[in-house]
Amino acid sequence: MITIDAAGMHYKELNRLIREGIANGVKKFFLENVNGQYYIGDGIKGDDVVININGIPGNDLGAFMDGPTLIVNNNAQDNIGNTMNAGKIIIKGDAGDVVGYGMRGGRIYILGNAGYRVGIHMKGYNEQLPVIIIGGKIGSFFAEYMAGGVIVLLGLGLEDYDELDSDYFASGMHGGTIYLRKKIDFSKYSKEAELYEADEKDMDFLKKYLTDYADSFNIQAEEIYKKPFYKIVPSSARPYAHLYTSA
Amino acid sequence: MLKIKNRFNAERDISGCGLCGIINAKKVKTNGSDIKKAISVEHDRGNGLGGGFAVYGNYRDYAELYAFHIMYDNLPAKADVEEYLRKNFIIEKEEPIPIFRTSKIYDHPYLHRYFIKPKSDRQDKLFHELGDDDFVVNSVMLINQNYDGAYVFSSGKNMGAFKGVGYPEDIADFYKLEEIEGYMWTAHNRFPTNTPGWWGGAHPFTLLDWSIVHNGEISSYGINKRYLEMYKYNLALRTDTEVITYILDLLIRKHRLPVRIALTVLAPPFYQKIDKMDGDKKELFTALRQIYGSALLNGPFAIVFGYSNGMVAMNDRIKLRPLVAASSGDFTYVASEEAAIRAVCPSPDMIWSPKAGEPVMVEFEEKKVPQKGGLINL
Repeated sequence: MITIDAAGMHYKELNRLIREGIANGVKKFFLENVNGQYYIGDGIKGDDVVININGIPGNDLGAFMDGPTLIVNNNAQDNIGNTMNAGKIIIKGDAGDVVGYGMRGGRIYILGNAGYRVGIHMKGYNEQLPVIIIGGKIGSFFAEYMAGGVIVLLGLGLEDYDELDSDYFASGMHGGTIYLRKKIDFSKYSKEAELYEADEKDMDFLKKYLTDYADSFNIQAEEIYKKPFYKIVPSSARPYAHLYTSA
Repeated sequence: MLKIKNRFNAERDISGCGLCGIINAKKVKTNGSDIKKAISVEHDRGNGLGGGFAVYGNYRDYAELYAFHIMYDNLPAKADVEEYLRKNFIIEKEEPIPIFRTSKIYDHPYLHRYFIKPKSDRQDKLFHELGDDDFVVNSVMLINQNYDGAYVFSSGKNMGAFKGVGYPEDIADFYKLEEIEGYMWTAHNRFPTNTPGWWGGAHPFTLLDWSIVHNGEISSYGINKRYLEMYKYNLALRTDTEVITYILDLLIRKHRLPVRIALTVLAPPFYQKIDKMDGDKKELFTALRQIYGSALLNGPFAIVFGYSNGMVAMNDRIKLRPLVAASSGDFTYVASEEAAIRAVCPSPDMIWSPKAGEPVMVEFEEKKVPQKGGLINL
């Protein structure tokens, strides 16, 4: 276990210390006084490595990350989990824009709100299944061009849910699944995807992740199941197959 | 035509501009150390090819005069411009802008400032009757276009722009901002994309009391430029940001639109949203889009806009650039990154990400006068 005081430290130095620590077999890191340092945890490997972050981590947190767990005890900025491959990112506050861009594996749990363009270009393949779970609300362009993986939108504590769905919700979605606890008239957002009630199989699948999510933030799992789940799936894997050619 | 001397390394790193703003609604003044600290957290968003600040409330002793900040590439340019100024303005005071040369900022133009007001018997009165503000705008355009090697980069009252080629924290030291006090500050860290990095090209861009710092690209520049040229604005600075300053001057000062409406012109709702509005609102937004279609800003942007009554921070309509806002007592902070705000205000009362196209507006509060016989609000 090591503790790094990141006050006034440039991101290059901070990330060098983390990489050096991992190479030397350190499994647990505590980063104190982080404020805006970019690229924390980028490209690092090691399923048993856990990095605790106190302060506001900078952009591209956990980009290309391949195994470790990052725990952020505050808000986090933009581009969290960019093209992440495996591991877990836990944000105990709000997240900025473009969470999980092109994400291809691992999990991102956010207790609060997330910004614009969550899960844009997210993808999955065989056992590679990226999962994002968001406790609060989200900005526009949610799940834009989503190609695979799972995003769960809980809207915990939002009474009227008005802000749960946003403009350009799931536009261009052609793979993966979105779960949410609100029945919305989906046809006003996208003609490329459809809304269904979540069935038993869905809930079985979700259980593992929702339990893990609830444990990560010390919230009661029952709270999450208080409202019924719905799912959004693409109507076609190739919505634009005939955009330029006749059928 | 303005000649651009560019002696600076144009090598590029992958990055994006950074911006910050700090305002105290009760006009309590702070020195430049907070804004320097905040923008320095965003150091890696720029590449050293432009940094700058705008401060309001810094020229209290000359608050009724226009404060011209002018950069000169050579002394003949200074003599020529001063001849023009002497002919048309009463110059109450003029002096070199105080600077502190550091190892980081050593190559700079000659920087001079003038506290002036237009003469009432100046020559142009033979041909037309222009208000003082209009005459100042004309003079700024004239100098920037016709006087080689001279560039007016600040022309407002009781405010000033301080900018140049370098990282913003070094520019702050260069202009000794820690010795300057103001009730509103904006800052910019530049990463030039489409236009050269030169002293005049650093942000903020100002005209009269308007100042703009901008992160993004105005892809509607051509349309905006042609539109502004119809109103005799001269766009000589080879950068897109300039258009925002002049559009706001046109809409707010000349056409007298309320600030909130002018901002709607810059980032209007999409037609599909307008179609769903009802009655007056629909009519208003339709009219604005029809009349001011050429003033619409297309492309990604986050801007912080300062003027004599307050500050505005705003995103483009689909939020393609970052923007965070926070408030703490009478202070409001805006920045490209939350970390920049936390550096100077670790525990704000409120911190949030503004929605696309929805401005964060802060106006100065009028001083509350205690009522006779009791306290206000009692």
